Amino acid sequence: MTDKATDFAIEGHGDISVGVSGAGASGDGSASATRITPGNALRPEDIALEIRRGQVKPSDDVAEFALRIGDDALILAQRLGHWISRAPELEEDVALGNIALDQLGHARSFLTYAGAAWGKSEDDLAYFRSEPEFRSAHLVEQPNGDFAVTIARQFVVSYYQYELYRRLTESTDATLAAISAKAVKEVDYHRDHSAQWVLRLAGGTEESRARMIQGFQLIWPYVDELFEDDELTTRLAESGAAVEPSSLRGDFDRLTGEVLAEAGLDIPKVPQALGGGRRGKHSEFLGYVLAEMQVLAREHPGASW
Amino acid sequence: MASQNLQSVPAELSPEEQEREAAGQAYFDRIISEDSRIEPRDWMPEAYRKTLLRQISQHAHSEIIGMQPEANWITRAPSLKRKSILMAKVQDEAGHGLYLYSAAETLGQSRDKMMDDLIAGKARYSSIFNYPAISWADMGAIGWLVDGAAICNQVPLCRASYGPYGRAMVRVCKEESFHQRQGFEILLELSNGTPEQKQMAQEAVNRWYAPSLMMFGPPDDDSPNSKQSMAWNIKRFSNDELRHRFVGMMVEQVRVLGLTLPDKDIRFNEETKKWEHGPLDWNEFKEVLAGRGPCNSQRIERRREAHENGAWVREAAAAYARKQAQKESAA
Repeated sequence: MTDKATDFAIEGHGDISVGVSGAGASGDGSASATRITPGNALRPEDIALEIRRGQVKPSDDVAEFALRIGDDALILAQRLGHWISRAPELEEDVALGNIALDQLGHARSFLTYAGAAWGKSEDDLAYFRSEPEFRSAHLVEQPNGDFAVTIARQFVVSYYQYELYRRLTESTDATLAAISAKAVKEVDYHRDHSAQWVLRLAGGTEESRARMIQGFQLIWPYVDELFEDDELTTRLAESGAAVEPSSLRGDFDRLTGEVLAEAGLDIPKVPQALGGGRRGKHSEFLGYVLAEMQVLAREHPGASW
Repeated sequence: MASQNLQSVPAELSPEEQEREAAGQAYFDRIISEDSRIEPRDWMPEAYRKTLLRQISQHAHSEIIGMQPEANWITRAPSLKRKSILMAKVQDEAGHGLYLYSAAETLGQSRDKMMDDLIAGKARYSSIFNYPAISWADMGAIGWLVDGAAICNQVPLCRASYGPYGRAMVRVCKEESFHQRQGFEILLELSNGTPEQKQMAQEAVNRWYAPSLMMFGPPDDDSPNSKQSMAWNIKRFSNDELRHRFVGMMVEQVRVLGLTLPDKDIRFNEETKKWEHGPLDWNEFKEVLAGRGPCNSQRIERRREAHENGAWVREAAAAYARKQAQKESAA
């Protein structure tokens, strides 16, 4: 896959004395030190390499679409990353960290691929675009709130992403299909994680049930935006590169409905927010998310890290 | 040596109990003299149990509190690759905390109790995490120096006489090795970057150098517990031995980084064949240990806040599990 063997994850411990020889290695960033990540999984670095070799290049439409789903994953990862060291239990520091890491990995792959259409890197896109240039949905921009709000957001996102990626594995765009094939397996765990917590919180104590209900109240207005079609998705659906978001809604409703029914929860009767993230119209929250994420990179334009 | 460890047998023990105690002590002494392993169900002297419990729980607390200075930069990491590595690293630390709390639990104390002690300020953790991580280069310096020192300390612990601790350390050390390399890589990149980046790297090394040397603990002539720990095969090398070894490694590596260590007195002593370093401010060490470091209060407060904010979640999970168990037994 890569032209350079960079697997320095485990060659005995205590190799601090020889650390120098391996320490300059790169490109192994998202791999786990314990190699829990499957060794052959597609990494953003592999996509970047294929782009440099001229082996892949997305159409403008595919790039725009990859930007949307990459931005969703990026902003969500940024939100989830804040939980690490603040979770209700150490196991959840690990679990939410894992989910954030998966989302960040998907974001890096989708953004790397999207950037190929415009000669931009993942970091150009993440750090040097302003709010209106982002394409994230309002849902992922919503603040973490308490653990129940985070779980409600996670429940909606992961069921949506699962249906989307599952279909994208059959995309006529081979790179989109490959990234999605890796992502769908991971998002399947995210679904399980959030569904388990919905059941626990709804069926736990009076307080946890009230918080879970409130969490869904806060999050549900941003559901419809995920399933909105527009000219871009219509063109992509016709070409077979992607699907109309509205086509995911039936499975989403059915599967989330099963969990909510088991939890004894009703779908919140709340008005749907106007959305507009895909057109660069964002919530008030995104500006703060970007300000924090981008501050250091923008202090040193052109620097390498 | 092992005979020093004999506990005075309380008078109220029956003859059978006394016999059991004596047999237990004999078994323990033999295991230690053979440099073999004590397991949770084996007889062990109370002092051995207490020493281990203190050391392992402190180690676990250090991992958990140690997440904070680095988590401070997750949202601001300057590239997505770095963000990803940093997230994975901080997550590893939560994992280390989990193994270590589990190892400590085999000695008879619950994780809840250990966590309560930490939040109540009754338990210690590595003092170095009471310093602030104020620049991105601190992510490099913490990885290179702090995790580097931790590895020096911890690799010998893989052979600790207490089985669960030694085994936990094997896995911890594998991951720490990765952490140290990523820290080195951050500094290397900064050092070869813009002048501002290089300065950032040098300043971080300047700030973390002395605290990382002090991570090995007080000098040998001021470390009363070390001797007993070495007799029990928990500790394998003295604080100063490890510190000298660490300085020697850093001297080599800092050259590759193109940076300098803020210590003009570093030299290789041809007679002792050991690396020597300049004087360390042990007064500051004691001050920070006593709670007067820059971030002591902040670190505990953050842990308390996370723990208390999560109380309703843990209660919900427990209540749900109880209800499920009732349903199953009724079915």
